[in-house]
Amino acid sequence: MNLLLPGMYVAADSPLHRLDPRVKMGAALGLMALPFAVHTLPGSLLLAALVAALALLARAPMLALLRTVRTVFWLALLMFFFYFFTTPGRPLIAWGGVGVTVEGLAAGATQVYRICLLVVVASLLTYTTSPAQLAHGLEALFGPLERVRFPVREMVLVLTIALRFVPTLFAEIEIISKAQRARGADFTSGGPWRRLRSLVPIFVPIFVSALRRAEELATAMDARGFRSAPRRTRLHRLSLGRNDLVACLVVLTAALLILGLERWM
Amino acid sequence: MLIRIENLRYIYAPGTPLARTALDGVSLELHPGERVGIVGQTGSGKSTLAQQIAGLLAPTAGRVLLDGTAAYERTAAARAQRRRIGLAFQHPEQQIFEQTVFKEVAFGPRNLGLAEAEVAERVQWALEMVGLDPAVFIERVPFALSGGEMRRVALAGILAMRPDVLILDEPTAGLDPRGRWELLGRVGSWQAETGMTLILISHHLDEVARLAERVVLLARGRVAADGAAGQVLGDSQLLHSAGLAAPQPLALLEALRAAGWPVRTDRLLPEQVAAEIGQAWRQRSRS
Repeated sequence: MNLLLPGMYVAADSPLHRLDPRVKMGAALGLMALPFAVHTLPGSLLLAALVAALALLARAPMLALLRTVRTVFWLALLMFFFYFFTTPGRPLIAWGGVGVTVEGLAAGATQVYRICLLVVVASLLTYTTSPAQLAHGLEALFGPLERVRFPVREMVLVLTIALRFVPTLFAEIEIISKAQRARGADFTSGGPWRRLRSLVPIFVPIFVSALRRAEELATAMDARGFRSAPRRTRLHRLSLGRNDLVACLVVLTAALLILGLERWM
Repeated sequence: MLIRIENLRYIYAPGTPLARTALDGVSLELHPGERVGIVGQTGSGKSTLAQQIAGLLAPTAGRVLLDGTAAYERTAAARAQRRRIGLAFQHPEQQIFEQTVFKEVAFGPRNLGLAEAEVAERVQWALEMVGLDPAVFIERVPFALSGGEMRRVALAGILAMRPDVLILDEPTAGLDPRGRWELLGRVGSWQAETGMTLILISHHLDEVARLAERVVLLARGRVAADGAAGQVLGDSQLLHSAGLAAPQPLALLEALRAAGWPVRTDRLLPEQVAAEIGQAWRQRSRS
């Protein structure tokens, strides 16, 4: 593994690592919604600076964190061109009936900015919060829904397991793709169709092992007498400390400031 | 193929809190037709070294030269050299993806751009080499085979590329004792038949003693020893300092010696140990 992967938790000690998972998740949710409310350049830059400051506070390696964006490169590119070509406005260049506009360029860039920020904030959350903490926080946040018979704990369990296996899956893809490369497989040449087909030797083994792992995990849970129904007790209970309140206030103030700036500019 | 490794360093996930030095200045020269065992504790850098030789990882510093061409390059020349190297990862059966054994084994040869007739011939040959009757197995679904058979299909897929260098990373992991020795016997005969360079990575020293003529001992990403198999594997102190236990025959001979028997301890194979004990016994009964 040569990069920090999205969804990867790194057990370190930083102010952000120590925060209550509920606070972190709430803040992350807010920070992920904010880019959609920000439309001006200064606002966007300020928001990016806020996220960068948080990354510094988490003692996260900035370059590696930025590189997690690579995983959504194609999606971002697609979004960019979609907005680039479909936004009406002042024409920049026009050829073959396809008009490219200044507004299109701006709209495309905005979409890319939003996607990147989403990925970075999500990576920052998982980087500083262990899967167990995430699950605990989710359970606490969505707990009230149990009143209306929503299977909160089951959903959280599914989510935790999925998160837990993201790094495993990436590691496996890396090994299998190396093994196939050693057999002369080529994933980088040919047209789109050939490239897509060249992925079959990677994805078939990955699916086979994922299915086998799911079965083994189910057996292991069964063997330990796991049942979904009972309410569990916790070794560590969540409690909001002073730092958590400060963090809430800081993020809230920063968010309001950015939104306010948007309004008055 | 001459493999020259010069001052090779490799760091995983550099610049992150997970950074870990896997290879820390390794220099080696592996000659054509040699049978080399690479041994070391888990995490000593064995598998990383294998991937470096196969050109699957970019060195952090230093280089790997395959007949003079850097292994990790995006040039056609480097690709041509890499294709002469066959690498079987640990648990190679996990890379199986095709619907029939034939297609699975043919994947490598087809990637080499060989004609279909040649591909078919190589699949036949490779399946025979791993001890699977082509007439029986060729049309079977690999996923329906037993674990040991799948392992052999995967190895056939690599042999069918007729590599000049074959790297096996823990080839016997997870096999039962009989499957182990049978596979090792086959590996020995592949090497004898094709004259390829064989690089066997393992922490089972008994297996390495059986197959390798030269042994490289890795410890913490460095070469701790490099020499004739008897010399490296016969040095229990050296092995111990690298976190490995001496092979069984050596342990037995050392115990006999400590008990006052006149035996030499640089014997590594069971039959050699038997001969040594017999000789010591005769010598004692004469005096």
